[in-house]
Amino acid sequence: MSAKAYSVIGTRPIRHDGADKVTGRALYGADFTAAGLLHGAIVRSPHAHARIKSIDTTRALAFPGVKAVVTSADFPETAERMVDLGEGDTPLSYARGNVLAIDKVLYRGHAVAAVAAASPHVAEEAAALIDVVYERLPCVLTAPEAMLESAPQLHDGKSNLASQFQHVLGDAAKGFAEADVVVEREFNTATVHQGYIEPHNATALWNNDGRVHVWCSTQGSFVVRDCTALILDIPVSRVKVTPMEIGGGFGGKIPVYLEPVAALLSKKSGRPVKIVMTRKDCFEATGPTPGSFMRVKIGATKDGRITAAQAYLAFEAGAYPGAMVGPAGMTVFAPYDIPNAVVDGFDVVVNKPSTAAYRAPGAPNAAFATESVIDELAQKLGIDPIEFRLKNAAKEGTRRVDGPKFRRIGCVEVLEAMKNHPHYSAPLGGPNRGRGVAVGFWFNVGLQSSATLNVNADGTVNLVEGSTDIGGTRTSIAMQAAEVLGIPVADVNPSVADTDSVGFTAVTGGSRTTFATGWAAYEAAQDVVRQMKQRAAKLWEVEAAAVSFDSGVFTSGGRKLTFKELADQLPATGGPVVGSATVNPRGVGGSFAGNIVDVEVDPETGKTTILRFTAVQDVGKAIHPSYVEGQMQGGSVQGIGWALNEEYFMGADGTMMNSSFLDYRMPTALDLPMIDTCIVEVANPGHPFGVRGVGEANIVPPTPAIANAIERATGVRMTRLPMSPPTVMEALWSAGN
Amino acid sequence: MKWFDYECPRTVEAAVGLLSAPGRKVRALAGGTDLLVQLRAGRREADLVVDIKEIGELNELRLDSSGLTIGAAVPCYRIYNDPAICRAYPGLIDAVSLIGGTQIQGRASLGGNLANAAPSADAVPILIALGAQCLIAGPGGPRSLPVEDFCVAPGRNALAPGELLVSIHLAPPLPGSGAAYLRFIPRNEMDIAVVGAGASVVLKGNVFAAARIALASVAPVPLFVADAGDSLIGKPVDEASINAAAEIARAAAKPITDMRGTAEYRRHLCGVMTRRAIARAIARGKETN
Amino acid sequence: MPAQTHVTATINGEPVQFLCEPRQSLLECLRDILGMTGTKEGCNDGNCGSCTIVFDGRIVTSCLVLGVEARGKEISTIEGIARGNRLHPLQQAFLENAALQCGICTPGFIVAAKALLDQEPEPDEERIRFWLANNLCRCTGYDKIVRAVEQAAAVCKQEAAR
Ligand SMILES: Cc1cc2nc3c(=O)[nH]c(=O)nc-3n(C[C@H](O)[C@H](O)[C@H](O)COP(=O)(O)OP(=O)(O)OC[C@H]3O[C@@H](n4cnc5c(N)ncnc54)[C@H](O)[C@@H]3O)c2cc1C
Ligand code: FES
Ligand code: FES
Repeated sequence: MSAKAYSVIGTRPIRHDGADKVTGRALYGADFTAAGLLHGAIVRSPHAHARIKSIDTTRALAFPGVKAVVTSADFPETAERMVDLGEGDTPLSYARGNVLAIDKVLYRGHAVAAVAAASPHVAEEAAALIDVVYERLPCVLTAPEAMLESAPQLHDGKSNLASQFQHVLGDAAKGFAEADVVVEREFNTATVHQGYIEPHNATALWNNDGRVHVWCSTQGSFVVRDCTALILDIPVSRVKVTPMEIGGGFGGKIPVYLEPVAALLSKKSGRPVKIVMTRKDCFEATGPTPGSFMRVKIGATKDGRITAAQAYLAFEAGAYPGAMVGPAGMTVFAPYDIPNAVVDGFDVVVNKPSTAAYRAPGAPNAAFATESVIDELAQKLGIDPIEFRLKNAAKEGTRRVDGPKFRRIGCVEVLEAMKNHPHYSAPLGGPNRGRGVAVGFWFNVGLQSSATLNVNADGTVNLVEGSTDIGGTRTSIAMQAAEVLGIPVADVNPSVADTDSVGFTAVTGGSRTTFATGWAAYEAAQDVVRQMKQRAAKLWEVEAAAVSFDSGVFTSGGRKLTFKELADQLPATGGPVVGSATVNPRGVGGSFAGNIVDVEVDPETGKTTILRFTAVQDVGKAIHPSYVEGQMQGGSVQGIGWALNEEYFMGADGTMMNSSFLDYRMPTALDLPMIDTCIVEVANPGHPFGVRGVGEANIVPPTPAIANAIERATGVRMTRLPMSPPTVMEALWSAGN
Repeated sequence: MKWFDYECPRTVEAAVGLLSAPGRKVRALAGGTDLLVQLRAGRREADLVVDIKEIGELNELRLDSSGLTIGAAVPCYRIYNDPAICRAYPGLIDAVSLIGGTQIQGRASLGGNLANAAPSADAVPILIALGAQCLIAGPGGPRSLPVEDFCVAPGRNALAPGELLVSIHLAPPLPGSGAAYLRFIPRNEMDIAVVGAGASVVLKGNVFAAARIALASVAPVPLFVADAGDSLIGKPVDEASINAAAEIARAAAKPITDMRGTAEYRRHLCGVMTRRAIARAIARGKETN
Repeated sequence: MPAQTHVTATINGEPVQFLCEPRQSLLECLRDILGMTGTKEGCNDGNCGSCTIVFDGRIVTSCLVLGVEARGKEISTIEGIARGNRLHPLQQAFLENAALQCGICTPGFIVAAKALLDQEPEPDEERIRFWLANNLCRCTGYDKIVRAVEQAAAVCKQEAAR
């Protein structure tokens, strides 16, 4: 555990952007406006799979108030090539095709054309006047069906099975032969959505000098810049992205959908164009997380040692390849030290929206399967489920099935904290109740981040960074700079800059922002200290090496200057001090999370009520404990929604039947108890403050923890998500209740 | 949304005049919590929207010896904020306090809930169970209609062109009467009934003197199950009578399979919710006995 | 284009006039015509509560009110909650309790919660959760929001006692 005493880290300051956000002054993407602004509307496919025979824009263009109409024909003519949009190579035509359909529509809601007009209402009316002739094609909606020979093919001449992989560790056949008990089950999970409250939005101005300026809510302004440039085939230097405040993303606001379209409309109309999605568009036409079909088999000896494990993971990528089955394959057995394992993963395209990342993408699906099977094994072996996990827990040096060995991790510490938590031994207090536990793992990515610190003469510093702030990261990054500089965090004034004003910074995602951009701020602060030491040396006429710095005070011999005092001397000692740093850190620290959950199941309706929920997580070092708790609580509740009610309810024709917040049923305040948190701190040796990525692991254990609790309450094991009242009731019926 | 004109008449006559405008698609606007959503989604069309909230009769909320009169445009919150109404009609309060959430209840009216004629409308089963009457104005003069005859098909009501629902009237509660509305939803608020059950009973000692039962979301329109209520009359207040009535309700339901549940599940829930609603109505009836 | 409607209303205590089309929601009028973008849009169909305002003394979702319906009405929005230069205890409590992450839901929650505290100074947890069920937050899991409202209630009570 990290024992070092910090003065800023570990405290709970009020966020720098707080006043703006509680008064309504903070400007989010949809709040942006500009002189001469036009409003865009998108024409979307009513079919899940069809060939576009023709698009006639005549009637729309004639509609009063309409200024421009675009289709995929307005993309520049560029030869097909592979492009990297930050998630590996994809054909350019796929990247473009998801923005405006080329030749075929692959899911209902697929963008086909767009209109810019004087008002959103006029744009919408005009969009309805674009005449698209479709040749409908049969659609396929699940991975197992899409893999059949007879399935309709989404991409002409290419198999629906876009890719597959296998990880092998040891000898699974031998391992299963050594097992005394083997449990094997099949699992299905429905497509779910990140459910951020702010719809996607973008405003673009294609200026007369050929420069494109985009204002939008995004998790990564540089991703938007690079993707927009690639899709429009213009140099990145001509695109500037100004990130506005962002109303949630959870992975879903990494891809671009609207930006290139708004840019094309602006190019044609000569005016700035804003497009804001409707909620229905968000559900139908952004990137939800894959539905999945999984088979997991685990064997153990009588004394509770796991001998072998096997997983078959088929994930629905949606319209274009990239179903996050890779991380599912890496995390599926991550919490355990398993000598023999084999994992097969399949990335399958289906006629649903192209999936995107959603908080620990792939891991919750996989954990639902593994942690359910682990629970059943523990039951069969008569071992306490936490004890069973502890017996097999991954530790430093444990090899994952996909190859890498873990460095220092906190799996055991999380399990110990769960075991010792008062919740675990509290009485359940009533009939039809059950308690479930589960654990889960998620990585922490490094990637590039930049930060600049400008020292002001009054001893404050301005921090400029490029990570859009979705949950208080301005402050958690500023705290790391303040810690180094030995000044109060209120004296660090952070701002999130546009892509012209800060060095490249990767997305706010992958649990990386506090970790990596925080690290950049740490390094930039070290740079400031280095330069300020030189200034002190100059004043005191000593060697810089003779100046030391501790807790905000520069000293040399008997002389001392506080940070503030020295800052005041900067004009006289050579001018401003600007510290800057770029990082691409390697020392990432993955995080384990565990849940203890009590449920009550109404045996007459199948409805599950969450009575008590405890979230435990190894966070390395909690920079701002309130925000860490907030991540744990938010991830837990998204997991609860995933477990109990959220799903894309698809009609046979590929129409999402519940594309509204009314019918998609995310948890409301009334559906939940308080979410207790228990922060475990096993310092990440790879980070200067021991930070691990904390944003995502917390969504991994809830679905199996709840499934395990339902099993304890009812005796019925649920193998399908969501475990909605009708599914639980049906399971109770088939079990003969 | 397509363009529409907006009028805000002050009298029933003026409203009826506007609603009767020949050749126009006219829609009354009460709280707008159904209408605006539907217009925006293109599920309904209007070229003239007639705001009826400034009309005196439609805003009336009066409890007196003749019973309770609820103007068709009165939003839910006004009903549950009235302690006397809460005491006299707790079953009605069940329904008005679970429609939407706080904000929706600040706007949503019983008139709109009825006139929208959704099979899932939460206020309708309890109004049927309480034997409420709809008071209607129109080009042909006023008329009244029992609530159970008001909804005729999903999204269609019994109003003739130009007619306006003015108010809903409930008789004064009898001694020994109790009513309740319960619905089943996967969340705890902000949801559409998978099944809803409204029950009202009148108890004489340990015997049912009268009972009415109606269901939501199990048929094309809110379903009045007269037989279920009738089966209770003269029966002792016990589990067997309740179960028998619930079974009749279950059998009468004609639910469909959709995203809210399978037909089988819904039929099952009908029995469960009816039983629970009757039990709660009885508990309330005993308090007033 | 058919004529727009002239609307006079009182917003956050100030008389306000604007022109709008009947089809424009009050939310659009506030945001796009009056530039009051503190009120947010999350769903445009009454489900998320981001657009919550006080309309004629009651909280409503302004996406389900027409701008023309505002004629002669009293309206208050998130922009009118702070007391001059001082934050309202709810705003302060949201900050101190880290009851916001992305913050898009925050204006709606604060407006809704203020209406609750204005009428019921001591709501319990269940009451707060019930009252706020028309407001969705996807980031926080509501725990810290509920605690912030509880804290603000206590502060308001103290202030009232003074
Ligand atoms: C987020 C949300 C949650 C909801 N939850 C529920 C719920 O839990 N349960 C439920 O039952 N409903 C629910 N609803 C639907 C809706 O709120 C109710 O049906 C409400 O009672 C409708 O009343 P209103 O005054 O808003 O009607 P409006 O939308 O104004 O009108 C509805 C329809 O009735 C017509 N109409 C209205 N008044 C009259 C009249 N006097 N004469 C003739 N025609 C008239 C209108 O033209 C329109 O077609 C919900 C809606 C939303 C947006
Ligand atoms: S935008 Fe009005 S409730 Fe969501
Ligand atoms: S803080 Fe993001 S939705 Fe509530």
